[in-house]
Order: sequence, then C-alpha cells, then structure tokens
Amino acid sequence: MYVSYKWLQDYVDLSGITPDELAEKITKSGIEVEGVATLNEGISGVVVGYVLEKEKHPSADKLNKCQVDLGDGEPVQIICGAPNVDKGQKVAVATVGAVLPGNFKIKKAKLRGEASNGMICSLQELGFESKLVAKEYSEGIYVFPEKTEIGTNALEKLHRDDHVLELGLTPNRADCQSMLGVAYEVAAILGREVKLPQPEVATVSEKAEDYIQVTVEAKEDNPLYVAKVIKNVSIKPSPLWMQARLMAAGIRPHNNVVDITNYILLEYGQPLHAFDYDRLGSKEILVRRATDGEVITTLDDAKRELTSDHLVITNGKEPVALAGVMGGANSEVGSDTTTVLLESAYFAGGPIRKASKDHGLRSEASSRYEKGVDPNRVRPAAERAAQLLAEYAGGEVLTGSVEADSLTVEPAVISIHIDKINRVLGTNLAVSEADDILTRLQFETAADGGEITVTVPTRRGDITIEEDLVEEVGRLYGYDNLETTLPEGSSTPGHLSAYQSKRRVVRQYLEGAGLYQAVTYSLTSEDKVMQYALDVRKPIKLAMPMSEERSMLRLSLIPHLFEVLKYNGARQNDSLSVYETSSVFLSTADNELPEEKEHLAAAITGLWQSHPWQGEKKPVDFFVLKGILEGLFSKLGLLEKIEFAKLEKEGLHPGRTAEILLSGEAIGVIGQVHPKVEKELDLKETYVFELSLEALLEAEVEPLKYEAIPRYPSITRDIALVVDKTTAAGELATIIRQAGGKLLKEVNVFDLYEGDRMEEGKKSIAFSLRYFDPERTLTDDDVVKAHDKVLTAVKDQAGAVLRG
Amino acid sequence: MQERLKELQTEALEKISSAVDLKELNDIRVSYLGKKGPITEVLKGMGKLSAEDRPKMGALANEVRDAISKGIEEKHSKLEEAAVEAKLAAETIDVTLPGRPVTTGHHHSLTKVIEEIEDLFIGMGYTVAEGPEVEKDYYNFEALNLPKGHPARDMQDSFYITEDILLRTHTSPVQARTMEKHEGKGPVKIICPGKVFRRDNDDATHSHQFMQIEGLVVDENIRMTDLKGTLEVFAKKMFGEDREIRLRPSFFPFTEPSVEMDISCKICSGKGCSVCKKTGWIEILGAGMVHPNVLEMAGFDSKKYTGFAFGMGAERIAMLKYGVDDIRHFYTNDVRFLKQFSIHE
Repeated sequence: MYVSYKWLQDYVDLSGITPDELAEKITKSGIEVEGVATLNEGISGVVVGYVLEKEKHPSADKLNKCQVDLGDGEPVQIICGAPNVDKGQKVAVATVGAVLPGNFKIKKAKLRGEASNGMICSLQELGFESKLVAKEYSEGIYVFPEKTEIGTNALEKLHRDDHVLELGLTPNRADCQSMLGVAYEVAAILGREVKLPQPEVATVSEKAEDYIQVTVEAKEDNPLYVAKVIKNVSIKPSPLWMQARLMAAGIRPHNNVVDITNYILLEYGQPLHAFDYDRLGSKEILVRRATDGEVITTLDDAKRELTSDHLVITNGKEPVALAGVMGGANSEVGSDTTTVLLESAYFAGGPIRKASKDHGLRSEASSRYEKGVDPNRVRPAAERAAQLLAEYAGGEVLTGSVEADSLTVEPAVISIHIDKINRVLGTNLAVSEADDILTRLQFETAADGGEITVTVPTRRGDITIEEDLVEEVGRLYGYDNLETTLPEGSSTPGHLSAYQSKRRVVRQYLEGAGLYQAVTYSLTSEDKVMQYALDVRKPIKLAMPMSEERSMLRLSLIPHLFEVLKYNGARQNDSLSVYETSSVFLSTADNELPEEKEHLAAAITGLWQSHPWQGEKKPVDFFVLKGILEGLFSKLGLLEKIEFAKLEKEGLHPGRTAEILLSGEAIGVIGQVHPKVEKELDLKETYVFELSLEALLEAEVEPLKYEAIPRYPSITRDIALVVDKTTAAGELATIIRQAGGKLLKEVNVFDLYEGDRMEEGKKSIAFSLRYFDPERTLTDDDVVKAHDKVLTAVKDQAGAVLRG
Repeated sequence: MQERLKELQTEALEKISSAVDLKELNDIRVSYLGKKGPITEVLKGMGKLSAEDRPKMGALANEVRDAISKGIEEKHSKLEEAAVEAKLAAETIDVTLPGRPVTTGHHHSLTKVIEEIEDLFIGMGYTVAEGPEVEKDYYNFEALNLPKGHPARDMQDSFYITEDILLRTHTSPVQARTMEKHEGKGPVKIICPGKVFRRDNDDATHSHQFMQIEGLVVDENIRMTDLKGTLEVFAKKMFGEDREIRLRPSFFPFTEPSVEMDISCKICSGKGCSVCKKTGWIEILGAGMVHPNVLEMAGFDSKKYTGFAFGMGAERIAMLKYGVDDIRHFYTNDVRFLKQFSIHE
C-alpha cells in the first residue's frame, strides 16, 4: 500500500511530524514502512509554459520549433520532438538550468541548427513511472488543463511536492489497504482525531429501483450487493489532484468514472465497479456462480473460461463481470457512456481468490476481497462515489440504492482482564492506560474493575480474541518500553541427545581427518535419484516441481557429493575430500510420510597427501578412505563389530567395493567410483562411502570401563602364510583369532607379497601376533602351544602354509 | 733415565696436541702407554737403579704416564666435541621451508552458525529437537493456526507431494510435535534447527532450500519481556555486545502478539547506510507469544500456559555475521568458500 503524505492529511492532522518521523512511528507500532519516496526529489526548474507558436523544424521532420511563454516576459524557443505538442497548450517546461531525474541538467542547445532553450517534458521525464501515465500522454508530452497559471512550478501543479510511504502490509492488516484504515492507525499512534469524509449527495427525483433490479443467488458468496444509478455523466479526464493521488498510489488514471471508483477503492478499501448501464443489455443484475464452461471477455480483452468455482455478475443471462476481480468488456464504461450503474458489494474471499488464482488476475479489487473488506463501508463507499460522480462527472444521482442484503454484521465484543494483558506482556499497566490505548484505536470500551469490554469495529476483522487485544495494547504501548527479563520457573537441564552429541563427534572426527563438510540440496533429478541408493525404494516425486533438476527426494547423498567434486575440479581444486550428513527419503505407503534416514557419505579424490618439496605425493586410494572409516568406528567403540565384505554395486568398481556390516547387518558401502562414471563426470580416481548414520549412532556400545595397564610383558610372533590369491586377509585374521585362544591379543597384517617369486596363483601375507596374559609372564611353552594351534587352523581351514 | 722419561713426555704431548682424529690419538695411546711402549721399556731398566732411586723413578714414571693419559683424555673430548659439531653443521636445514601439512577439514558455515546458537541455548536450559523434513499438512500448517484456505499460506508457497504431505516450509512443525509429546505439561524449552523448503527460484537472496532455527518456550508464566530478554542475549552473543535490539510488531498466524526483531546496523552504528536501507536497523528474525490456538491444538491449556517462539534463517545469520553476499554460496560448496570458515574466532 502506497500512502500519500499529503492525502493522509485529509483525515489526520500531521502537523509537526515529517514523513520520515511518521514512517518511523508507524514501523515501530505496527506496520513496516518499507520506504519513503519524495516525489519531486532531484527535480528543479520546471515551470508551466504556454505554447504560443508551433512550426515544423526546417531541417528535421519529426521536430517542432515552439515559441513558449514562461510567464516572465520574452518567450523562449524550444525544439520539441513530441508528436502531440501544439499551439495553445499549457505544458511542463524544464528551463535552462533545470535538473531532471538522474541528475540530467538542461542547457542551452542547438538542435539541427535551431536554438533550443529548455525542454518540454513528458511525465516520464518528470519521474513518473511509465505504467502510471494515462494512455493519452504515454507517447508524448503532458498537457495541463487550460486554466493552469503560466510560470508556476509545474511539479506543484502536478501535486508532486509530496512523499509516499510504502507500507509492507502483513495479511492480517487488510484494514490498512485503505487511506481511512491508515488514518485510524496513524491517529491512534499520534493520539489525534480521525476526520472521516461526509458524503452528501443531491439526488434527482427518478428512482434507482425503476432502472435496475438486483438478485443474488449465491448469497454466501455475496451477502450484500448495492447498486446505484447515475445519469447524464460526461466522460472526461478526472481532476488533476485525483489523478495525482491515484498515480502516487500506483494506479493509472483512465477517465473520471473509472478514476472515481479507484479513488474510492483507495480511500475506503471498498472495490467498486462502474457498468455502462446502456450496454448492460437488461435492467437486471443477477449474481450467481458461473456454469462450467461459461465464457467471459474481461476488460483486458482476454476471453476466460469459467467454472462453478467462480462468481459472476450477470445481466440475468450472461456474465458482465467476474465478480470482485475484473469487469466484462461488454459493459465497459467508454467515452460515450452517459448512464452509470455503480456496484458496491461485499464478496466472500474464497471464490475471489479462486478466480484470481485460476485466471492469473490479481487486481487491486481482488486482493482486497481476498483479505476481507469492511462490510460497514459498502454503503458509505457507494454514497461517496455518487457524490464524486456528481461533482466531477456532472452526473445526476438517482434516488436510493437497489440492494440485495442478506448480511448480518455483528461487531466482535471481547472482554479482557488487565491482569491478562500484564501477564502476557510482562508489564504493569493500569486499567486506564490499557483503556486509553484501545480508545485511541476508536474501539468502544467499558471498564469494570479490572475487566475491559471492547467492541471492535468491523473494519478490524483481524481482532477476534483476547490475545489480539493484548497485541494492540502492547504495540501501541511500545515494545521499546518493555523490560527485558528471562523465563523464571523450574529450571531445565539443557543438553544434546546422545544421538546429537555423537553426530557432532562424527563431524569433528571426519574434519580432523581432513574432510570438509558439504551441505547439498535434498531435491534431485529423476536420472540421479536411484544412483547409489542403499535402500532401493520407489522415489518420491514432488506434485509440482519447479524444475526437473529438483523434482525428487534423494535416496543417496553420493550423486550430490560428485557435483561438489566436479564443481571444484573445474576450478583447479581437483584434490578434495568432503562429507555430508543428511536425510534420504524412503517411500512407504501412499499418502504416508516417508521414512527419513540420516546418512553419512564422503567422497575423496586427487591427492590425499602432498608435500612436494620432500617428494611426497600420495593419491587417494581405497585404504585411505577405509582407514578413515575404521578410525571413526573405533572412535564410536564399534570397530570390533564391523566387517567389510566384498561387494559389487552399480556405479562402483567391481573389484574395489565392500559392504560395511555392523554386527552382521549391512549398513553401507565403500568403494572406488566406477572408472566409467569417473570419466563421465571428469573426475580423477575417486573413492566414496555412504552409510546409515542412524545405524551407526544408535548401535549399542559397551560402557566405558578402565582396564588395568599390563604388568607383564607380551610376546610377539610373526608368521608369513602362503595362500591362494583369492583368500582374503580378513578371513585369515578371523581364523587366527579364533584359534589363538584367549592369550592372543592382537593380529596385524604387516606384509603382503604377490611378486614373481611366488608360485602362480599364490600370495604371501605376513601377520604379527601378540600373545599376552594379564596374570603372569608368559613362557615359551605357552606361546608355542597357542601358536601351533594357529598354524594348524590356517592350514586346515585356508590351506595356508608357512613361507619358508 | 730421568731425562729419557721427560723426553718421552714432551714428545708424546706434542704428538697428542697435533693429533687430528680419534684414531691417531688412539695410536698415540697404544704406542706410549701400551705394554710394549717406550715407558715400559724405560722402566725395565729400573733394576739397575739403587733401592733409593727406584721409588723416585717409579713415581716419576707414573707422573709421566698420568700426564700423557690426561693429555689424551683432554684431546679425546676435544676431538669428540669437534666431531659432533661437524656432524651438526652438516645436518643444518632451512627452517624456513614449509612444514608437512596436516590436512583438516571443517564445519560448513551453516553448521557453525547452528551449533553456536544450539550451544548458547543449551546453556540456557534448552534441548535440541528435530523433526521430519517431509511433513503432514496438519503439522506444517493446521496445528500452527493456518487452516486450509488461510491467506497466510500464500506467504510460503510450498512443495507438495500429495494433498496432505509436503516438504516442510519452516521448522515450526517440530514445535507442534514436541508440544504434543509433552501432553499438556510444561515446561517446554527447545531449539529446533533444520532444513526447510519453499517454492522460490534460486538467486542471490532466495533459495528453494534453506536452514531454519527456531526456539520455543512454554511454561506457566512466560511473558513477552522474557522473549525480549532472551532475544537480547542471543543478539549480543551472535553479533556483539554493542548491538541494540528492537522489536517491531508483525504478523505470524502461530503467534499473537507477533514481532520482528531488528538489530542496530554494525556498518553505520544506526546512522543509516545501504546495508540497512538507511533505517539503521537490520531485520534478524520473527517471534511472538505462542497463539492460544496453537497451544490448545497441542494439548496445552492456554488459560494456564503461555509461551514464546522465535525463528530465523541460518543463512541470513551467516550472511550478516560474515558478510556473505550470495545465498547460493552455501549450497555450491566451493572449497574456497568452505575453507574460509575453518578459523575458530
């Protein structure tokens, strides 16, 4: 809502308060003022001139040579290119030395050899927005009414010595979509009076009811319809002040009748519509829901197909307006209109919103109906419009209005105790203070002890419960005046849940290990959605995605981590390690919430370690990433329960991929990205893992317990075993552990040999075995016994022989 | 004989002094002090001496031996020291060469902001509550006093999956769910961070996905002054002790009264500049007293309980705190962006 500072003064005395001060006060007590525009800012030296003579420029077809009287003696010569400039016009002249918007300075000039001492201006050149300039002047200069005094300040004549406050209205403050609503608000803030317009209409003896009959079928959608008839109007431009006010509010002037309806819309917040009575095609107005497939051509010449969700005004047969949204072309007021049928109606928001949405039509009228208008302004607005039509269109107002009225309006009556106000706000207000604030808002109040009974005017439809009154009192009392306290009452222990705190540990660990946390989008494309999914389900699709790229909820984080690597790789950062913790979405039954599983994924590419001057350059490999994971499992006390088992998975290297099992349950995968995929994405060798973070963090962990520091030495034995190439080190280690008994404390691989000296199809793996007894010093005998069992077991179970 | 011993001593000490390494010194030791050395040789002639001279000569021989030994010892340690010095000199490195990098990663800037806020509120007795990102219309809207057809639903155009299921448009459904779990009993003190989604085209200031963090306190005597005090603590902690706050009336369907909180502009100290659009204030978050309908729907008696809630966008906080100028940076994960947040202030 754009509010003219000068116009507002019609209703509230603003003396002593600058536009900026007013903006600050309004912002602090209720409605954010998003900006204050000074309409004549940066413009000077523009006066009203009179075109005495106009002749064609001798050497330029499109230019005119004008002699212009500026009211200070000698006329000046000005070359003007506007097609509509003519002798006898009063025009806006930027004189030599004038400044126009954009710091454009007017100087003496020669145009094709002819002197030009100034510029005749269009409204656009004077800072008006093009879309607000009336059609007749949109392609040329502006022409003042004949009576305008020569030599006066043209901007003042255009009422541009004004400021416009831009109000950012929240949906509840529909009341401030009108100058009167803003006036009530400002009056309450300043503690001043509101002066309402007092429409007085002289009527002719003919009666409206003899001209028109009104029937409303859709009573719920349209509980009140008021029609007035105004005869003998003459269509012409509306007065300049009215045009100026409309433009300041962002509405383009058309003609006096249309402008008056728009003016009332701005003043009262009540949308009006003017029909050309003679073009209506009947003497009847019938308001009903449209029938499916019914068609109307609206004022903007668009043909619109309707449904029974839409409300229409008809002449008894066919629609003449899409109710509350836009009039029909068939009954539009034009230059030859003489009799106007004026509609002032109360429409319910629902069908208006539906029509506005279905047809992509958001008008000043529809936006007001959608948010709700004041039912008590329907009649006064019609009266006020009739008054202005008589005054500025020479109309004769017929006696009476024709109404279809099924509306019952009861103002809300709310009782509130001062203790409630003070308890919610934390204030210590007296009843009189609260009462005074509510009275300033022009609410009717009656105080009885601590209880205040408030009758809320219908213009404030947003106030329905006690808390709404608390807000009114609070905001006008001033939130700046509130003290600052902290909640009292029973204290609560603040903490992270075990899951949340472990998740922080996971992040810190991974970051310490060299990985950056990435945050990527949860929405993905159809071609990516199934890639790398750990749990393959039917993907979940948005009903109305904004793009194919972001149309489905992801099942895996890996594809988006690839995007991160790819993006950075293209910017000379091709060694990168990233991880992400985020949810994936697994569909369940239709119309049920999906299962959301938090996953942890990582991707590493390029060099893992690089210290070039010492000749150290280590590219990433499977074991780098596996080592990071093992460190993580160990940090979480789960390493013992974890296994890695060879796996083949689409998109991953068939020989370099493992499933991660926790206590035998698969929780994720780790592997090299398939070289085909690496090539497609232009990535270097890249390794990834993804696993269920929930499985990891919710797994049961032994409580931490101190174990005595060993008092006896341990004994280490190394063995190199020759086995088939396909035998996994993990299998051997398991066999060794099982066979070694309780004395065997550690089994570590320390060498792997697959070179020429081995028999075809064989390899040698060397293990280091540490034996230890916490109760005593081990003897050679003890170790030999255990060790022999190990050797027998690996021979029997894996065909391993000791390498000689 | 006496002279011969003196001569040997002089000769030996000269040789010791000119010895250049430990080997030469050892040779000297062997040749003078060894069993076949000249001193032993001289002493063999002792038998020819008188009984009176014998002890004197013996003592002298010992003196000579000791002197030579001592000379050797001294020279030995000198030579050893020199050898160590030479070794160290040879081992000199250029200490200005770069060290071997320890590569570490870091939190994403959004996590950094969220954890900072979480920790602040945990310190004030809050717990961290989380909820689903795909929500029921009921929790996202209806339980928050936004019935179907409510005009405020326009404020946050949403990604629906079915008529009843959508990507949550704010973290407020977590509040509704948490209150429901409390079964009408306070106090509730939670902070809810999480991802939210709105139908916005991605540009410098809009993102179809962003992070929100909200707080909720419900108890028997929660006042608006408590909200103001809590927000002040938050603002000063996040943006500096010298920041002022102001509450401006606003509108949210789930709170009544509703406010927006501004902090004084750091750039111009409240005088007005381009960052604060000449107002001297920067909008940080929305807040208010929990709407009685919201309390009632979640099973709380609104006559007995009151509460406050506040919510903000983590990106906005990060943008203001660190001067980030484009919201898309948070989701591009350019490592040159990520690295800048490694520093712990």
